[in-house]
Amino acid sequence: MRIGIDVGGTNTDAVLLNGNTVVAAVKAATSEDVTSGIVTALGQLRQQHDFAPDHIDAVMIGTTHFINALVEASRLAPTAALRLGLPATAALPPLVGWPERLVQAINGRGFLAHGGHEFDGREISPLDPDEIRRIAGEMAAAGVTSVAVSSVFSPVNSDFERAAAEILTAELGDDVPISLSHQIGRIGLLERENATIINAALRHLAEGIVTGLSASIAGEGIAAPLFLSQNDGTLMDVEFARRYPVATFASGPTNSMRGAAVLSGETTCAVVDVGGTTSDVGVLTAGFPREATVEVSVAGVRTNFRMPDVLSVGIGGGSRVRGHDGRAPTVGPDSVGYRLTQQARVFGGDELTATDLAVAAGRADIGDRSQVAGLEKSFVTAVLDRISTDVADAVDRMRMSDEPLPVVAVGGGSILLPDEFPGLGPVLRPENFSVANAIGAAIAQVGGEVDRVFAIAPGQRDAVVDEARQDAVDRAVAAGADPRTVSIVDFDEVPIPYLPGNATRIRCKAVGDLQIDRADTRALAGNGPGVGGGVGR
Amino acid sequence: MSHNETTEDKIIEDEITEDEVTEDDVELIAKGAAVLGAGGGGDPYIGMLMAQQTLRARGPVPLVHPRDLSDDAVVFPVAMMGAPTVMVEKLPTTEQFAEAITALSRYVGKRVTHVACAEAGGINSTIPVIAAAELGLPLVDGDLMGRAFPELQMVLPTLAGIAGTPMSIADEKGNTGILSSVDNPWSERMARALTIEMGCSAIISNFVMDGATFRAASVPGTLGVCRQLGRAIVQARSAHRSAVDAVVDVLNGRLVYTGKVTDVARRTATGFARGTATVAPLTGQGDTLTLEFQNEHLLAARQHSGGQHIEVSTPDLIIVLDAETGDPITTEALRFGQRVSVLGAPCDERWHTEAGVALVGPRYFGYDSDPVRAVRQQQEMVG
Repeated sequence: MRIGIDVGGTNTDAVLLNGNTVVAAVKAATSEDVTSGIVTALGQLRQQHDFAPDHIDAVMIGTTHFINALVEASRLAPTAALRLGLPATAALPPLVGWPERLVQAINGRGFLAHGGHEFDGREISPLDPDEIRRIAGEMAAAGVTSVAVSSVFSPVNSDFERAAAEILTAELGDDVPISLSHQIGRIGLLERENATIINAALRHLAEGIVTGLSASIAGEGIAAPLFLSQNDGTLMDVEFARRYPVATFASGPTNSMRGAAVLSGETTCAVVDVGGTTSDVGVLTAGFPREATVEVSVAGVRTNFRMPDVLSVGIGGGSRVRGHDGRAPTVGPDSVGYRLTQQARVFGGDELTATDLAVAAGRADIGDRSQVAGLEKSFVTAVLDRISTDVADAVDRMRMSDEPLPVVAVGGGSILLPDEFPGLGPVLRPENFSVANAIGAAIAQVGGEVDRVFAIAPGQRDAVVDEARQDAVDRAVAAGADPRTVSIVDFDEVPIPYLPGNATRIRCKAVGDLQIDRADTRALAGNGPGVGGGVGR
Repeated sequence: MSHNETTEDKIIEDEITEDEVTEDDVELIAKGAAVLGAGGGGDPYIGMLMAQQTLRARGPVPLVHPRDLSDDAVVFPVAMMGAPTVMVEKLPTTEQFAEAITALSRYVGKRVTHVACAEAGGINSTIPVIAAAELGLPLVDGDLMGRAFPELQMVLPTLAGIAGTPMSIADEKGNTGILSSVDNPWSERMARALTIEMGCSAIISNFVMDGATFRAASVPGTLGVCRQLGRAIVQARSAHRSAVDAVVDVLNGRLVYTGKVTDVARRTATGFARGTATVAPLTGQGDTLTLEFQNEHLLAARQHSGGQHIEVSTPDLIIVLDAETGDPITTEALRFGQRVSVLGAPCDERWHTEAGVALVGPRYFGYDSDPVRAVRQQQEMVG
């Protein structure tokens, strides 16, 4: 059996899974220290379905703790950014474009040094160890406790980042963790560097939290290995999580989508999460969310994290409904939000909300139905058709092909949706959707990824593609996947304009089931899958 | 989590001075330049950041319309050459921009009075802003193409018989080169080879002209058009009007098609992002639109039961915008499912001459077609 835990800002959910079957599911309040909330949740889980600690094969945790720390600009370490690339890159130093408040919160300092590579692997300039030592001295004097290192084209050649890290550690000591950009992001220096600085600022917090998580699990007598879920829906072990807290940033929506999908039995589907104010639509392909292709700004910092592609439309259970007298009705985008249970008609309020219309149509039985009995039937139909059309349109936008796509509806507002979308197919409504995040964490797999620019010689395309695929598979296995279950789940090949030699960027992701017995030996420490497409070797 | 914050609100409020480029203008110019990029020219984001950084330190750059240039002004165009994909990784040095100009100035023995833009489409719209600020010189409001094209010789001065060399090329390490070529296509070949050796990102300066010549061989006002486009998009959005319509208005163009991208077939071919995209109706049946691209969009053809009908082709501009936000979509970023509006807009009239069509018309890029204009001309409509 497995335990999945979702530590959100408000609630800590926990589920006990036997295979993909939910045996028990609970909700507890998230605690300030994170760990006591988990202990409470585990206690409730046992009350609901007692289990022997040694029957637990693995514990998976998804958490928004680290992204919240960044957004709140609290609990962050004094951080320095060292960029290797001089004489190139000086036009835009590290931390450019960051919100001033955040730069202050991390006491951010940027340093430029020689190093870096060209797109084809040649050196821009050699690394200068004396220069790095001098900078290390300045860092120490400034009270820096965590360092981010980036080097130009480190996704092509990571040697300089590694060499600089050795020098920095020798100068600053083992207590100052070093985060390397080639492990964190992909091509696009500023965005990758930004993500690395964020990671560095979270390292000491991660150390404390991860230790606490391990202790709270061990305190329950559970000896099974502990994993955290990453942005892309795959797992990392706790040692990796200590070093790459930033890899947890988008695990919330990812786990929610994957949890909903497994509950419905679909692996390629659209997931519509209807909340109080918005409906959020994401698409899963072979069980994994499609990633956004645009740069994503987190707390005002531009990064190139792999975030799930989510389209939000302003329709939720609390959306205000207007347009009585013969006019075409409108729904949202404004909403009564959390005040739904006071302001909606069925709860005795004055506001006509989407929930009232769902009750009037008999799709749900909540509140006082007589309060909406007077609504005209044609009006009710028109409003619900409007909702159906708008949400179906959002799903259609997210489709990647003209193939029919099953729709899985979750969230409290999913009562607004019809049983079938015209042109799309039936709407599936799984049980237990309120703990979809924890389930998504519990079912996570292990992945390996390649994202590199390859020069493809004439006639060599197939060989290069095979090499990239094999590399991704090897990485997944190295990260703890059972080799018998590993398969390629994503492959993308884009020729790069204006570059010679048929330069082509290949992105390839392989995923497999966690090999439980191997995980037990902790063999995977230090060989994580690379965060959001780490590509160095 | 949110998408990038912008200074959009602030920009709408501010009075904009038309005879200088300020830090706030740069964001608008970059947005508009992505429209004139016609799918290519590179994402102006990095250029925008660098220009903002430079202007913050050095203050606004004076902007001079070509009609106000004195005949004996000495104008140096400047541009980035190479792969935009490389430029987002190997960022330039600030000195590089000025160095390309000073190296050429030393060689030709002329003192620079004005910096100019070679290509108003894409990242090269903001590069001359940085160079002008670094050198403390005014910038000319005009460029040599009026859009983006992929090769060095594809500029109006080539049509006017002006030599593309001597030309300078500068990398971030301090290397500079001076080229002299027998014709303008040769300057492209040699500069391309050097750019690759320099790590696929270099700054060039060429087509040095006096004021009178520049006035005759450039497209006037194009940086202003970029700023106007950027502002139109921002204002339309904040007023909940159609940003697509706003772009059509500014460019006197035509909305050719609105639909959903249903296929993007890319082909690997040296140095170019070649391919064909298909756009289909949002609802139900109807004609589809195919877009042929090689870095830039070059041909848009309506496909119907009776065959195909070319709607617009190079040298006119084919612009693909997000149908809702009006944000330009580069050919690299095209993907299935996007809702797009495809616009045609007239290029500078000189591109429609026989020599212009030979240089940048459909046949140069391998499409067996005469050029098709975005908007029918006045006399045709009357006659």
